[in-house]
Amino acid sequence: MLLVENLTVKFPGRWGEFTAIEDVSMRVERGEIHGLVGESGAGKSTIGAAIIGLLQPPGYVAGGTLRLGETDLRTLSPEAQHRIRGKRISMIFQDPQTSLNPLMTVESQLLETILTHEDIGVEAARARAIALLEETGIRDAATRMRAYPHQFSGGMRQRVVIALALCTNPELIVADEPTTALDVAVQSQVLDLIRAMADRRGVGIVLITHDIGVIARITDRVTVLRGGRVMEAGPTAEVLGRPQNPYTQALMAAVPRLERRLPRFLLPESDEGARVLEVKGGAVPEGASAEHAAAWLMAGARGTDAGHALEIADLGVKFAGTRTSLWKRPAPFVALDGVSLAVRAGSVMGVVGESGSGKSTLARAVVGLVQPAAGTMRFQGAPLAPARERGRHDPARRAIQMVFQDPYSSLNNRQRIGDILSEPLMIYGLEPDRAARLRLAASVLDLVGLPMAAIHRYPHQFSGGQRQRIAVARALLARPEFLICDEPTSALDVSIQAQILNLLKDLQEQFNLSILFISHNLAVVRQMADDIVVMKGGKIVESGDSEAFFTSPQHPYSQDLLRLTPSLALIAA
Amino acid sequence: MLAAFLRSDFLYLFVRRPMVVAAFAVTLAVVGGAVLAPWIAPTNPYDLASFSLIDGLKPPVWAAGGDPRFLLGTDDQGRDMVSSILYGARLSLVIGVSAMAIASVLGVGLGLAAGYFGGRLDALVMRIADIQLALPAILTALLIDGVSRGILPPSAQQDLRVFVLILAIALSLWVNFARTARASTFVERNREYVQAAIIMGQHPLRIMAVHILPNILGPLLVIMTVDLAAAILLEATLSFLGIGLPASSPSLGTLIRIGMQFLLSGEWWILWMPTAFLVALVVAINVLGDFLRDVFNPRLR
Repeated sequence: MLLVENLTVKFPGRWGEFTAIEDVSMRVERGEIHGLVGESGAGKSTIGAAIIGLLQPPGYVAGGTLRLGETDLRTLSPEAQHRIRGKRISMIFQDPQTSLNPLMTVESQLLETILTHEDIGVEAARARAIALLEETGIRDAATRMRAYPHQFSGGMRQRVVIALALCTNPELIVADEPTTALDVAVQSQVLDLIRAMADRRGVGIVLITHDIGVIARITDRVTVLRGGRVMEAGPTAEVLGRPQNPYTQALMAAVPRLERRLPRFLLPESDEGARVLEVKGGAVPEGASAEHAAAWLMAGARGTDAGHALEIADLGVKFAGTRTSLWKRPAPFVALDGVSLAVRAGSVMGVVGESGSGKSTLARAVVGLVQPAAGTMRFQGAPLAPARERGRHDPARRAIQMVFQDPYSSLNNRQRIGDILSEPLMIYGLEPDRAARLRLAASVLDLVGLPMAAIHRYPHQFSGGQRQRIAVARALLARPEFLICDEPTSALDVSIQAQILNLLKDLQEQFNLSILFISHNLAVVRQMADDIVVMKGGKIVESGDSEAFFTSPQHPYSQDLLRLTPSLALIAA
Repeated sequence: MLAAFLRSDFLYLFVRRPMVVAAFAVTLAVVGGAVLAPWIAPTNPYDLASFSLIDGLKPPVWAAGGDPRFLLGTDDQGRDMVSSILYGARLSLVIGVSAMAIASVLGVGLGLAAGYFGGRLDALVMRIADIQLALPAILTALLIDGVSRGILPPSAQQDLRVFVLILAIALSLWVNFARTARASTFVERNREYVQAAIIMGQHPLRIMAVHILPNILGPLLVIMTVDLAAAILLEATLSFLGIGLPASSPSLGTLIRIGMQFLLSGEWWILWMPTAFLVALVVAINVLGDFLRDVFNPRLR
């Protein structure tokens, strides 16, 4: 039905033409879900945009065939293309929050779309809209559809988007990361819905995603992309189960498995290798080396294996609620409620839960960014002052370090890497001499696998994975005893994620760090954690030994969470 | 350093916009002329001995009766218009740049603190800013002018007119800086690099100066250029209304006020020459400001 042959897409730019897609071929039949998978920069979204004719200017299709049934999509006039969009090809975007118009009711958005493409009268259109919403699983659709998008939950909103994509009976739907913004339970329902739509209505679906678990779960065929080229294509079970191409093999090895724990990931040959070499020029301070950094860190190591590094008892955090009346005080929003946990010295504690479960609030309370309303915290046996009482020179500020989620915002873009890394040494008074600080900064870069000359560069000259290494290096330079990692890899590609996880494991073993590892990704937590706590709605629902948890979860919520997480088990078996 | 500049997006975008290049050339010419006025101006308009009434009311050279010594003609006193304008622009620019500098330091400082600390300090600063916005700039200037006349000895008044003017203009312009700085600081404060600095226990002043300020500089630079134009215009307005500089040391606004008297008697150049000069300068600065905004906001490209 959809035929893509030798597609080439180019983006002319200041430094010459950039070929984003090169010689890509694929076909999608009726009722088939075709997965496009690859890491960032692989060109998956660009292919989707080329199919639907919405390439970002100045990008253009430089060669190849794009056919939908008998229609040649490349020769269409802009008006004809506009008529086809929505009528024969629909699109589902990543974020339902932004792909619906917040000022229009769901009803008027559905009616508008139907009436634009078909001349059937308002009543017939309304009847179809109601039928579609019911079909996508929205109960009582006739009344619910008078509501505005913000009155629906994230999962419900994505159902509305799917109904919107289906309302003109298209032949093809391009779904660009349709479940990336959703929690696992909702993701699983939405994926089931997409599968059902393909089966029941015979719609062809191009599913674009970076998540191999999603691909394994619902696609019939898959095309693996890298740098705009097809690496491997074929039936999903075959490609993922017995990958032939070295890149696909490496990619599969880097995917964290929910069903087993690996001591270390096998690293795929990375795209970053080439970029690292570009960092040349600029003097490296004399005597800098990974050994120097390791020796310095070991000299300051005070961690013990005995007892608990961090103990939290009955911790509660409340935020000001939304005001509903001018006279009454708003009821507070309870972010954490009676949370107790203990992290053994030298071990990794995993914290899992869906968005809004309070994982990040827990981290922020420990580092002193959020004032707890109740409970006590103890660090290495001594009381840990809550945010407001923790002075600027409190020793815990040095001993507890944090690695943030988004490596693009956790480094100051206007500071050189050398200055960023010197900061902890200066602020904590660890090294008074500026030259010695720079030498240590360069050394620790070597330790985390970056070139030492990088101290002269600015953050924007590095990729996401490299920036995350820099963030880890900054945390290390405080000579920490306790590390909090808040979703440290969720903004990164799988192969880079594998590198960062390996790095964290190496450092944890080498310097006997205690780590609080927060993630929504159960498979990642399994690779890292010794102990685990599961959070839901600000409370801990289950805690215990990590391996025991993954083999036999006790609480029904944990069991659901494990069951609904897309897994590769069915294919790898 | 030079090589990096030659490769930068800034230069790339700059040379592809003829309007911007023209505006830059105009600004450069005006600023150059004003700075070098004592050396390049044909006469010194402050020096009573250097002009004579006999040369009064001469039209520009291209008009009938023009005198080649006076390129843009003379006023009723026989002063060369070219010299008056260059010296006037000098005063206008000094007042505009100083007022803008004071306003930006005051506004950015208060805005940063308000955005960083939030709460009561934020409420206090922003309410003062709201009140300031409700007062027309001319009223503020009149107020300061009146107060200065009341408390300063008459002998000092004349010398301090320039400073009174600078203060009045700065006070009516700081609000822009404060609001922009506060809004940008709010955004940056919640970014993770600032959180990291807070966790580290860095001093708030260091966080504001080292971490936040360099990251909000883009929008502030745009406001600086636009407000420089506004400051020059405001000075011209005040001088035109007679609150500003006296006729003995004329700025562009004073020249325009003097020219007004000749508008209906046929000596059009006395009004039109300084006016055209002022318009060209302000338009050029505004075009540069727009360009800076495009450079700092990649989404508009």
